[in-house]
Amino acid sequence: MIVELLITAFLVIGGLFGIVGSYGLIKLTDAMQRLHGPTKSTTLGVGGVLIASMLYFGFVDHHVSFHELLITLFLFITAPITAHFMAQTYLRMHTKESELPPTGRRYGWSIYQDPPVVEEDE
Amino acid sequence: MLKRIFPHPLLSLLLLIVWTMLVNKVTLGNLLLGVIIGIALPIMTAAYWPERALIKSPLKVVSYIALVVWDIVVANVQVALIILFKPTSKINSQWVTVPLELTSPEAITVLAGTITMTPGTVTALLSADGGSLLVHCLHTDDPQGEIDGIKTRYEARLKEIFA
Repeated sequence: MIVELLITAFLVIGGLFGIVGSYGLIKLTDAMQRLHGPTKSTTLGVGGVLIASMLYFGFVDHHVSFHELLITLFLFITAPITAHFMAQTYLRMHTKESELPPTGRRYGWSIYQDPPVVEEDE
Repeated sequence: MLKRIFPHPLLSLLLLIVWTMLVNKVTLGNLLLGVIIGIALPIMTAAYWPERALIKSPLKVVSYIALVVWDIVVANVQVALIILFKPTSKINSQWVTVPLELTSPEAITVLAGTITMTPGTVTALLSADGGSLLVHCLHTDDPQGEIDGIKTRYEARLKEIFA
């Protein structure tokens, strides 16, 4: 009974965050802001469903399932990288270097400038 | 000799664990297959990591992961609240530049990933010399505070983890 309540609670929490994250895509106005939705809220949305799934298999189905942990691991690795790709593409297509803050270094941002040549150490 | 069979012991161990979790059943055959994968893959991919990062203290890695997971939960709630209750015109998005003290590519990758996963910030760009990160804040009234937060909370810990 308690386990069922817990599973339901996690499913509802996961669903709520999923909806909020998707709603963010409609509500926020510029592409960089919209990137925040899928990288954050959705993580907890998926996380909630995965915890519910682990609880279900552990207590109702009586066998331990590790797949959920793996999904979490892969999600944590891939989510920032996809976000990074989208940010780079957006910046390259819609933003000039003058619109971004300075790097505070001798070199500019990497999509506008080549990396400095490193002398090979002998 | 041992170094030739296990050029990257941590990667071998990780592969064994991931393989066991993937098949979801601990049997002798699966473990054996995991060990074979754990030995074969690092040797096959050795060319892609000529200088691998050294991790100084594994305990700090565990505490760092715990901190980041907690921050992700907090970040989710914060971003959800901003999306739901802040009028669009009041959301004050800004670019900030975070100067880096980390130098190894692995450490910078982990830091950039952490920034993207945590409170209202997404990493967008690296400067050409790898010395600073361009970070987009969803909503902030205090850009310097965000930069200091990232530097003290994550970068300082990563500096202790990566040699």
